[in-house]
Amino acid sequence: MALENLFGLVKDRWNGITGNNPPAEKPKNEPAPAEIPAAPGFKCPRCLTVTPTDVFAAGMKVCPNCNYHSRISADERIEMFTDKGSFTEFDVTMKSLNPIDFPGYEEKQRELAERLKMNDGMVTGLCTLRGEKIVLGVMDSRFMMASMGSVAGEKITRAFEYATREGLPVIMFTASGGARMQEGIISLMQMAKTSAAAKRHSDAGLLFISIMTDPTTGGVEASFASLGDIIIAEPKVLIGFAGRRVIEGTIKQRLPDDFQSAEFQLAHGFIDMICERRFLRRTVAHLIKLHK
Amino acid sequence: MSEKIKNSAWEKLKIIREKNRPTVKDYLPLLFDDFFELHGDRLYGDDAAIIGGVGLFDGVPVTVISQVKGRNLAENKAGNFAMPHPEGYRKALRLARQAEKFHRPVICFIDTPGAFCGIEAEKRGQGEAIARNLFEFITLKTPVISVVLGEGGSGGALALGICDRLGVLENSIYSVISPRGAASILWKDAGKEKDAAEVLKITATDMLNFGIAEKIIPEPPGGAHTDTKRTANAITDFLSESINLLKQADIDNLLEKRYLKFRNLGVYAE
Repeated sequence: MALENLFGLVKDRWNGITGNNPPAEKPKNEPAPAEIPAAPGFKCPRCLTVTPTDVFAAGMKVCPNCNYHSRISADERIEMFTDKGSFTEFDVTMKSLNPIDFPGYEEKQRELAERLKMNDGMVTGLCTLRGEKIVLGVMDSRFMMASMGSVAGEKITRAFEYATREGLPVIMFTASGGARMQEGIISLMQMAKTSAAAKRHSDAGLLFISIMTDPTTGGVEASFASLGDIIIAEPKVLIGFAGRRVIEGTIKQRLPDDFQSAEFQLAHGFIDMICERRFLRRTVAHLIKLHK
Repeated sequence: MSEKIKNSAWEKLKIIREKNRPTVKDYLPLLFDDFFELHGDRLYGDDAAIIGGVGLFDGVPVTVISQVKGRNLAENKAGNFAMPHPEGYRKALRLARQAEKFHRPVICFIDTPGAFCGIEAEKRGQGEAIARNLFEFITLKTPVISVVLGEGGSGGALALGICDRLGVLENSIYSVISPRGAASILWKDAGKEKDAAEVLKITATDMLNFGIAEKIIPEPPGGAHTDTKRTANAITDFLSESINLLKQADIDNLLEKRYLKFRNLGVYAE
């Protein structure tokens, strides 16, 4: 119930409000074109303003009209956040098998791996941030909504274990539809596994900063993403456990627009701060210094 | 009953959805003596979807935490059909910590369609509450034993499932998503839940094969509802065996094993 793709819903809602026709049915887990746009521009899923591609790119892919911080690829995130050329990826070749023989799962993986040049929606590695050594994790929602299966679970766990051994801080950029249904119960167990690794890192007295980006939901929000010593969110992103449609179906009424937004989570005490993309490097570097 | 039917997830789902399937309230008096219910999370409220307390198991004090399926509409309304709110998970954690302090084993019973999905649950941090239990139970310095009584639904079940030994009743299921939810995502047709139930590998045998459960607890032919007492005896056997095994273990050893149990779950290639 908690694991539906929340993001499609926000768009549908906007279309409902504005009277636009709903977008054509897309195959599951394909990235919506609005997120990683082709010319002529980026159409914001929140305010529907279209921004020319060059302006959008120059503004770090933030909607200049409403400040929605759009989804970006793991490569783009690493480029924007880390010291130039400092990133060394862990577990590059790791890829999913098919633990419950889920129909079509292998084909899906192959197709995405070919198109996106990555084996999973989770990228981890070692890098520096303003000279400070950190272990970094970045989720890329283009790959099956960066849902957490065995690969994401193992990579996150190893990242925490490496950081625990080396005495390093962990920074995780989260963006996920939740647990990966295609891996059945094994995907649920990744919530336990990643949280356990985060606990060992925490018990070693080390710093974990979780940075929630669009969207952080379901089993990822209900595990390591919510366990940061400090939790930061980008403006206007979606953060929540249950799917909006599920809740609306239960209560039989429309939810307010800001429900499950970063701003909603700040108001209810579940994140420490909202930080714009352009200030993230400086903010996180500063926080790391304060914990040395 | 042929082997194929017996093993079908759909058949099992039908059995656990039997109206008179025993709930924790039926089992409590059969499993424990002198059970005292303890209420509240000390933060917000008391969630009737999760019952907790202390009692004697075979003369030894234990902490019991369980999701509560209602036996009638009034009970189900009070407990949101066993779908806990954050305060339920926080009550569970409070009682687990109390058990740690007094060196009592913790026994968790899982029986939920999932954590409650609603406005208030989100406002009070449903995700955070579940995450916190995963984070804290993994290093809880006392033995933890969990049993899936019927329905083990997603993160809402896992929040009571971080344990040293997991027992699963023969007809119970444990799943990342409800078969109905999976069917509506996969085939845009919730009616195909029967097919989804088979695809998802959610039976007790699956849990044993994946290394998630340590033991299948047998039910009487036809299901637990045909003989509650006999089922309770089988649960008692599992709990006795588990407590005897775990009470001898040195705590560091226990925690290392608990960590590895979850750490090693995953299927991938390099």
